[in-house]
Amino acid sequence: MHAKNLILAAAAAMLLSGTALAQGIDVKIGVLNDRSGVYADLSGEGSVVAARMAVEDFKAADKGINVTIVSADHQNKPDIASSIARRWIDQDGVDVIVDVPTSSAALAVNEVVREKNKVFLNSGAAASDLTGAKCSPNLVHWTYDTWALAHGTGQAMVERGGDTWFFVTADYAFGHALERDTAAVVEAAGGKVLGSVKHPFPGQDFSSFLLQAQASGAKVIGLANAGGDTINSIKQASEFGITQGGQALAGLLIFLTDVHALGLQTAQGLVLTEAFYWDLNDQTRAWSKRFAEAHDGDMPTMVQAGVYASVLHYLKAVEAAKTDEAPAVMAKMKEMPTEDPLFGKGQVRQDGRHIHDMYLFQVKKPEESKGPWDYYTLLATIPADKAFRPLNEGGCPLVKQ
Amino acid sequence: MTEIFGIPTAALFGQLLLGLINGAFYATLSLGLAVIFGLLNIINFTHGAQYMMGAFFAWMLLNYLGLGYWWALVLAPVAVGLLGIVIERLLIARLYKLDHIYGLLLTFGLALVIEGAFRNGYGVSGLPYTIPAQLAGGTNLGFMFLPIYRGWVVVASLVVCLATWFVIERTRLGAYLRAATENTTLVEAFGVNVPRLVTLTYGFGVALAGFAGVLAAPIYSVNPTMGANLIITVFAVVVVGGMGSILGSIVTGFLLGLVEGLTKVFYPEAAATVIFVIMALVLLVKPAGLFGRAA
Repeated sequence: MHAKNLILAAAAAMLLSGTALAQGIDVKIGVLNDRSGVYADLSGEGSVVAARMAVEDFKAADKGINVTIVSADHQNKPDIASSIARRWIDQDGVDVIVDVPTSSAALAVNEVVREKNKVFLNSGAAASDLTGAKCSPNLVHWTYDTWALAHGTGQAMVERGGDTWFFVTADYAFGHALERDTAAVVEAAGGKVLGSVKHPFPGQDFSSFLLQAQASGAKVIGLANAGGDTINSIKQASEFGITQGGQALAGLLIFLTDVHALGLQTAQGLVLTEAFYWDLNDQTRAWSKRFAEAHDGDMPTMVQAGVYASVLHYLKAVEAAKTDEAPAVMAKMKEMPTEDPLFGKGQVRQDGRHIHDMYLFQVKKPEESKGPWDYYTLLATIPADKAFRPLNEGGCPLVKQ
Repeated sequence: MTEIFGIPTAALFGQLLLGLINGAFYATLSLGLAVIFGLLNIINFTHGAQYMMGAFFAWMLLNYLGLGYWWALVLAPVAVGLLGIVIERLLIARLYKLDHIYGLLLTFGLALVIEGAFRNGYGVSGLPYTIPAQLAGGTNLGFMFLPIYRGWVVVASLVVCLATWFVIERTRLGAYLRAATENTTLVEAFGVNVPRLVTLTYGFGVALAGFAGVLAAPIYSVNPTMGANLIITVFAVVVVGGMGSILGSIVTGFLLGLVEGLTKVFYPEAAATVIFVIMALVLLVKPAGLFGRAA
């Protein structure tokens, strides 16, 4: 009889200790991005791969945090994005939504996440409004924004003597914002904007706009567009001898995958700003190699790198807060400094902006490149405190003046 | 310098020439559509995907087989045409007796499937394809810098368009084709194999799309959605020209290219819509299109 009781007691003790170890934290991550359209290569499945790597590297299971990852295609449409976000949170128990490229979709998801009091880790969207007037206590904007792009590339071009500008701008909110921000930087640095032309989005033939830019005599042609529009603009600028004629092209938003699509012959000499490049140091190289093995040999973009780093930081915050309740996790994310192999040391500011170094790159000439994906030469590192809009200038209500 | 409405004439000439070049693409693409509609009564929504395949085949020939642009110019349209023939025999041929809407649904669905397959295989960012060495560079015309390749596009399109027009309107083969669409039974009674004629016509029509795709590969981004973006404009061109009118689609293609070119100078924001405004106006005044015969 005694022996039997002993066994029962031991079994009960084992069960109890078992549950104590597991802590009972179930985290569900929803990767919401473009999986079929123009941004599918720079975010898409690659962002899911990056999120999975973050969960593996954090060894979430060993720490008693049970993570599941789901993903969906928002087709770059705000209405689809917000209805998926709602369904995920209300019915599927998603705790945190990550990535969400396309500014309009990101702004829509931001509202939903705020209303439902969950967490939003944005990597893919550009609009600096996310941490400005539209900032939310539930958001971390990790990778880049229009302010950082405009300052990085705009400032650098003016310093290199490009003091007269002509903009070729995509005719929608993002293009207008990018032109406005860059024009402000150019003028503040003593440069002059000679004119601009707004092209329909999406466009196919840009030669007409490029000829207008050429006729303006501006030293720099600023491309305030993205994706396929930028690729076509650059391809056709090279065809019409614009760069050979002494005018410089400034791509204000160019991703590694865009350069890959253009080929170095066409893209060479472009100056651009990015938050991450696979060939920065040993750590980024090692991580990117693993990423490529899991993603058909494609190197990561800064958006995908941002997904990895933001998910990693989120999981650290969950571990520290011992809960996945949004207010506690957000407090920890802002309290703890960030550190990861891709962005180095950084911090999440009060307005949700993640602060890290940005980099000014120039695209290599074909003969300088040692092989596939060897595309950038580092021109300058923009230190974290200079790379992003100062905290008090964004107009974010969360920031105490 | 003389000016027209505040734009220097030299710049205006440059823009008109660019409009003509874009018109060449519209003409070649809408010609294929018009041939297919005129002779098969099928609204071929797969046309954009077939144009995209032409560009992709050019890239594949170069990267997998090492065959350059000139080979692609011949082989890619043939490949696209052969695939078109398979599609026609297997699928489209079953729809001739049904309402137009079935053909539209089938070809639209096929376009989505083909685009999806290429997106899966090659991503969405696009693939690099450079201008062939013989056509690289450009000449200064005084009022603008004209890349030689763009000049070549206009010449090649014009030759292909006029040759097609000639074959269909001025030769015995063309006469059979036109007769077969008027009265299939009668032409078959004369011993002409009409189904084969129709199959070959579809193959030729989509080969034209493949040809335009090869022409486009060096100057536009080669990506799976390149055709989807263009096809709607091209449909408007066909409607303005008159559904099924061969000459109508050629002339309207170049004409609307010019109009679009001018819009890009005077009011660039409207460049994407001007063609549809013209389409609406033409449909109001002449419902059969500029060159169409009233049904």
